Parts: sequence; C-alpha cells; structure tokens
Amino acid sequence: MIVKFKKIILVGAVAIACLSQPILAADKIKIGVISILEGAFASLGQDGVRGAELAFKEAGGKVAGMDVEIIVMSSDASPDSAVNAARKLIDHDNVDIIIGPLSGSEGIALRDLSKGNKGVTFVNGSSAAQDATFREGSDNFFRFGGDGAQWMAGVGTYAFEELGYKKVAVVAEDYSFPYTQVLGFMSEYCAAGGRVPKKFWTPIGTKDYSSVVYSIPDDVDAIFVALGGADAVNFLTQYDQAGGDKPIIGGTITIDQSILDSKGPFKKLLIGAPAGTPTVSDYEGKEWKEFTASYLSNFPEGMTSPTIFAHHYYMAGKAVLLGLEQVDGDLSNQHKALRASLNNLEFVTPTGGTMRLDENRNGIIDNFVTEVYEREDGSLGNRVLKLVSNVNQTMGQDPTAFRAIGAVSRENPSCP
Amino acid sequence: MKLFFIVFLNGLTLASLYFITACGFTLIFGLMRTVNMAHGVLLLLGAYIGYEVVEMTGFWVLGIIAGGLSCALVGAFLQAFILGRYQGDELRQTLITIAISIILADFLLWAWGGLTYQISLPEMLQGGIRLPLLNVGYSVVRLTLIGMAIVVGVLLWLLIAKTKLGIIIRAGVDDREMLQALGFEIKKIFIIVFAMGAALAGMAGVIFGSALSISPGTDIQFLLSSLVVVIVGGMGSVGGAALGALLIGLAEQYGLAYAPTYGVVFTFLIMVTVLAFRPQGILGRAEQ
Repeated sequence: MIVKFKKIILVGAVAIACLSQPILAADKIKIGVISILEGAFASLGQDGVRGAELAFKEAGGKVAGMDVEIIVMSSDASPDSAVNAARKLIDHDNVDIIIGPLSGSEGIALRDLSKGNKGVTFVNGSSAAQDATFREGSDNFFRFGGDGAQWMAGVGTYAFEELGYKKVAVVAEDYSFPYTQVLGFMSEYCAAGGRVPKKFWTPIGTKDYSSVVYSIPDDVDAIFVALGGADAVNFLTQYDQAGGDKPIIGGTITIDQSILDSKGPFKKLLIGAPAGTPTVSDYEGKEWKEFTASYLSNFPEGMTSPTIFAHHYYMAGKAVLLGLEQVDGDLSNQHKALRASLNNLEFVTPTGGTMRLDENRNGIIDNFVTEVYEREDGSLGNRVLKLVSNVNQTMGQDPTAFRAIGAVSRENPSCP
Repeated sequence: MKLFFIVFLNGLTLASLYFITACGFTLIFGLMRTVNMAHGVLLLLGAYIGYEVVEMTGFWVLGIIAGGLSCALVGAFLQAFILGRYQGDELRQTLITIAISIILADFLLWAWGGLTYQISLPEMLQGGIRLPLLNVGYSVVRLTLIGMAIVVGVLLWLLIAKTKLGIIIRAGVDDREMLQALGFEIKKIFIIVFAMGAALAGMAGVIFGSALSISPGTDIQFLLSSLVVVIVGGMGSVGGAALGALLIGLAEQYGLAYAPTYGVVFTFLIMVTVLAFRPQGILGRAEQ
C-alpha cells in the first residue's frame, strides 16, 4: 500500500511537471499500468512498472507529439483484483491503453474484460497463461511476449537427450501459469521419449512441503520444479533437509536470480540445474547490455539488473509506443488503426531477437536454456546453454495437433 | 505405510509450530477477550528482527530472544497506549488490531522488501538424520520443534498453574471485576499478559523463519492458522490450542500427501464440524 501510494505521488508529480510545461499538443495519451505492488510479489511487480516506464522515458515522455500520462494500479495476483484495477482505470481515469497484468490467471481475467471494452487496447505485461491468447482470444488483447510453455522451449529435449533423464516427477503450483510451464516442458520431453509418472500440484503459498517431499517416487531421475519465490525456497530447503539428492530441473521463475541470491544450504542442489527462460540477467548480448545500462541509469534504486518482469513490461511499453507512433496517435474508431499496426509490428527485443505477433496476437519469441553455475566468488548465477529462436505458441508443432491436446489442466498433458 | 508414518511425523512437527504460535493468541484472548488480529504481523516482525540479530551475532538462540523481546515491547506498547483505552469494547479492539496489522505489515514490506528470508540455523540443527525403522532422512530442526513445543507448553502450564501471576491470570479469566475489586492493578496485568502473548508470537516467528521461511504474506497465513487452531481447540485454553494445533497440523499434512489439491478443505471441514456441534471449541468453556 505504501509502495503504491509512493508511486501514485510520484506519478502525480510527474504529471504535474508535464502539465507545467507549455502544452503543444491538444491532447495527451493516458496509459494505465497494472502490476502487483503488494504482498510477496511487490518488489518484482515494482520492477515491472519500471520496465513500462522505461519505454516511455527513453522516448522523452512523448509519443506522436503527445504527452504520455502513466497511471499505475496495483493488483494482488488474483483475477478479481486485476479486473477491479482495470475497471478503475477505464471508468474513472479514462485510460486509452492498459499495460499489464503480471500473473497468469490475471491475464485471462483481463482478456475477458477486454471483450466488453473495445474502446481500450490491452497489452499484456508478463502474465503467461496459455489461454490468455491461445483459446478464446480477444482482438484488443495483445501479448508481446511468450506464454509459460514457450518459456520452457528447449528444456525437455535437453533434459532427455543431454542429461539422460528418463523419468521425471513434477512439483508445481496449482494455477494456470505452472500448468502452462509443465505443458511446455512435457510436450518436448514426452515426445523425446521421457515419462512423467507423478505430478504434485500444491496451493500457492504452501509453507510445509515435507509430505510432498516424501511422496516423490524413488525411481525418478530428476524433479521438475515449477514454483515461485518463497515456495521454491521452502520446497528446496525441505527437500535438502530430508536428504533428497535428485537433480532439479527449474521452471522459469524457479531459478530466478532472487532465489539464487537467497541464503541456505539448499542451493547446492541447484548447481547444474537446467531451466528455460526468455530473460537471463547476465546475458552477454549487445542489446541486453544496452537495455541494462538504460535501466540502471533511469532507476538507480532498482534491481542490479532488469528482471523478467521489467523486460516484459518494457516490451509491452515499447510496442504501445511504436504502434502509436506509426498511426500518429490516431485512436479513432475504437483504436482500429492502432490495432492493425500492433498486429504487424516488428521490433528488436532487449535480448536481440525480433518481436512479432502470430495470428492469436501472441509473441513469437527467442528462448534460452540456461544452467545454474557457481561463480568464482561462490555465488550462483545462470549461464546460457542454448538459444532457441522463433518459438511460437505451438512450440513448432502442427497447430491442429497441438490444439487437439486440449486446454492445460492438472491432468493435461499426461504421459505416465 | 511408510509414507503414512512420515506424514504423521510431519503433521506432529507442523502442529508444534502452530501450537507455539497459537499459545500467545489464546493467552491474550483468555484473559482479555481481545481477538488480537495483529498476532500474525507480530510474528513476522519478530522473525525479521531475529533474522537481523542472527546475521549480526551468529547466535541463533540470541535471535529467538531478540525476536521475543522486541515483540513483547511492541505488544506492551499496543496494550498500554492503544488497546487499553478501549478495554471491554471488544469489537472496537478487534478492528483496531486489524488496522495495526495492515499498517505494520506495510512498514515491514517497506523495511525488508518482498524477498524471502531464511534464518540460518546453528550447525547442529542443520541437515537431516536417518530415522531408524523407517529408514528415511528427516530434518533435525523439525524434530527439535516437537521438543520446543513441549517446553513451551510445560512452561506455560507451570506459569499458569503454579505461580502467583498464573493465579491472578486465572482469576482474571473467571471474574475480572472481582479481581479489580480485590485491589489488583488489572491494567498492569493486562499489559504483562499482552507482552507475553506477543513475545510468544515473536519467538514463534524466529523458529518458523528457521524451519521454513518468511516473506510478506506469512503474517496473514499464520493469523489464519492461529484463528483456526484456537477456534477448533477452544478460545482461551492452552490445552485446547495444543489439541487444535494437532488436529489442524495432521489434517494439513495428510491432505497435502494424499490429496494435495483439496488438502486445504480438510482444515475447514474440521472447523465447520466443530462450530456446528461445539461452537465454544473442543476444550473451550461456554460463556455463562
């Protein structure tokens, strides 16, 4: 709440500063940003807001000659909170464009809301549930980024072929984003010949995993862990304390730098663990270095490098900016021109790839397979093993066959 | 079958943690009828302070003491200057503690950020041992929890059953007005008991942060589990808290092991059943 309040004051101050300058354009563009600024995700959510702001700061706070006003709203990872935040932005602030949300099921909720609000264009932040775009998409909901399955591209094959894991157990949180991550892993892994005999779906925020730890079958070669933040730390600690020694395969947010930086003996389990992610904090690419430098100079109080959330909110902001420039700020006829331009937009991402959308308005992305390694000073980092280019939402498989797998759920996909 | 026994042990250790947390809550309610909704945030505060102290000094026990003491101070302050003014007006007190809980939680988020913290354990509590008979590894710190819960339970029982303060507290639970009429300074006693309850929350926080981990949101989770434990066990009864903790801990762990998705339902099924057939809790006394 404090963070949000500070943010509102900040945004308010920026808005006043903008207003006090001589106003050349007759109009201004209002952009709402929805991110999680309370609870366990607060610091990550704040980094998402930084990403969106960065895109407009780099352009000098103007787009197509018009001033940009950014209004930030907080949600709390639940779908209804995201909808409430969006309603407030639409009905009260009259925003033209909404950037966000952060978490999986929130994205599905905003997509549904977008169907009844055609006068507003929604650009997804970092929410990565498959069905936000893949099924029942909405023509004013865009995602300039991948879903959780795309973020796992390359990992299943790597685990089976390079590491030789024949059987893997899954431990994941029980909501749409981990479902999608498990799909991404299993679609490759099972196709390569691997088996997943058991999946454990645990509620978000579970503290005590000990009974799950002891239920993991003895004959699996590794565990695929798709848990975030505190949940990952708790599971790994308890697994280590129980004497567990199976190798770990990480989901996108499981092997986040914040977890590698947290303290505890569990970290030795992670060395050598592969994971899939679109964002690698110490990636060596030229564009990433430039992006990091720009981030650090604009937000000295931010993280030591941009997180996946800053990266994705930045791409959303960038897309909005470029789209508005192309149509010269024309939002008439329910944003018709803007939507057409977003559908055909192409731009270079901070990781050096080319971002463009498929027919479901979902990004075609470049993905990394990474590995946790011990740096010389004893701390842990992620290094890139493999870059998988042009990953589309069907993971390169035949679209009809991929669609026939059905919506992701606890039971789907399955290969025991 | 092996899994069944291990889950039983897990349930027992989790129950120990719940018991230590719920003790403070039930103690405060038992004497003052104050439903302290700030109990969870006191737990989180104690855990953060314990973390800092352990990082600075390297002594785990010192962290527990520091966490307990600092929460005792905050608790005493709350009772002396805020809640004490509205003694007897339970609804208002409850609403005030909710407000305090929200405000304090945001201050903690501001000070310590959204990261997950783990308090480092002393060498001898780290890692696991192999259990005889079952032949599986089990973490030492979890086994220690059972011991800690027993120590806390016995100390509390001694305090309440054998000391002068205990006699006053028990008298206060039965008849506050009479105690006051006999010349006991009820205000001071309230402050002491509130501080004790808060200290228990703070210490539970440090223990919790060592055995599992702490992050924003832990406060609400533990407030909820404390509430459920004391509702099931009976508000104001230490024995009830122990029984409630045991039931809830076992239900949660068996749920997680055998039906992970619906595990949380068992907890609330127990609560609904108890409320339907024995609204005062299993060991609670009905209001006269």
